[in-house]
Amino acid sequence: MSTLAHIFEAAGMATIVLGSIKEQVEATAPPRALYCDFPLGRPLGEPLDPEFQHRVLESAFRLLEAKEPIIEEYDMSIPDNGDEILACPLPPRHDPDLHPALDEVRGLRPAYERAVEKYGNRIGMGRIVQLEDLEEAIMALIRVTEGVPWKEAGIPGVPSRVSQDIRGYYETASLELSENAPRAWTGTRWFLKNTEAGKVLMAARQAMADSGANQPIWFYMTPGDD
Amino acid sequence: MADSDIKAMTAQIPAAEFDETSFTTPVPLNEATVAIVTSAALHHPGDEEFTMLDIGYRVLESSNHDYLLRHWSPNFDATGFALDINTVFPIDRLQELVDQKIIRKVSDQHLSYAGNQFDLSSIRLDSGPAGAQFLKEQGVDVVLLTPV
Repeated sequence: MSTLAHIFEAAGMATIVLGSIKEQVEATAPPRALYCDFPLGRPLGEPLDPEFQHRVLESAFRLLEAKEPIIEEYDMSIPDNGDEILACPLPPRHDPDLHPALDEVRGLRPAYERAVEKYGNRIGMGRIVQLEDLEEAIMALIRVTEGVPWKEAGIPGVPSRVSQDIRGYYETASLELSENAPRAWTGTRWFLKNTEAGKVLMAARQAMADSGANQPIWFYMTPGDD
Repeated sequence: MADSDIKAMTAQIPAAEFDETSFTTPVPLNEATVAIVTSAALHHPGDEEFTMLDIGYRVLESSNHDYLLRHWSPNFDATGFALDINTVFPIDRLQELVDQKIIRKVSDQHLSYAGNQFDLSSIRLDSGPAGAQFLKEQGVDVVLLTPV
């Protein structure tokens, strides 16, 4: 972001960066930056809170009054303790003959479809895995957990991208199942820690790491280094 | 996995350094056309998907809010954008500032890059200046840059 700010400013436009990582903002030193200690992915802070977003923008645009390059820190932060998990129900077991992850995926489908109808497919499926192919994608990861080499398991594309589709399905469905708007990262933790598909994904990632797969192949299947 | 852990991991990525910082004196905000440039890898349905090492940009229309978030990195929360596009791309907020006569105009078009790129030299030499030229031709005076 800050790199682009230098380029656009040199072209004669005034730029303002909303930065979320202080070290990156300071190292690149764009002409004007408002560092906001907000969770990654939420540069305006709070979703569905126009007043909050307007306060951030007001502080950002105020930087245009500066006569020289400036980096300012927004006066409030939004902490993430790393532990909070979205309170979100999961469907009860329906078909005991199915793998629990596949049973779960089927049970969540109405909620997913309602959420897409309501919000659009903003973060959901479609990078590689289409909705009708989701179960097969999860089956491929299940095969990896059972010892099948990842290249032979039928993963339908780049593993990190397939993982994003699965995560997107769950996080989108959660918007219709939880009573409150998810705080940052709580939906991701719910997916990775509480759901059967999330457990499959984590186990497949670990199996790939243990098998000696190149680190970038498995590392980016989930956030951070968990 | 806490947000601070991921920020610490990301903070280690080498940043581009500039010998000089360009500085443009802006027109008054109430006379300015404002555009958003995001590194969130947003695009419209039907646009070319971002590839993993894609240094290019996609054009985002003000008039059509069907933006898809298709970043390659898993290292950010996406549910904020899922609930409210303005969490990343504050297009409605800017329009409200126009309605209040705080800014003159929201650009009809905006730009989206994929922020997960390490080849910053190509962005500096190629797609960055091309994007800047595109916005200049739209009459943009002020650019708000948003990450994920």
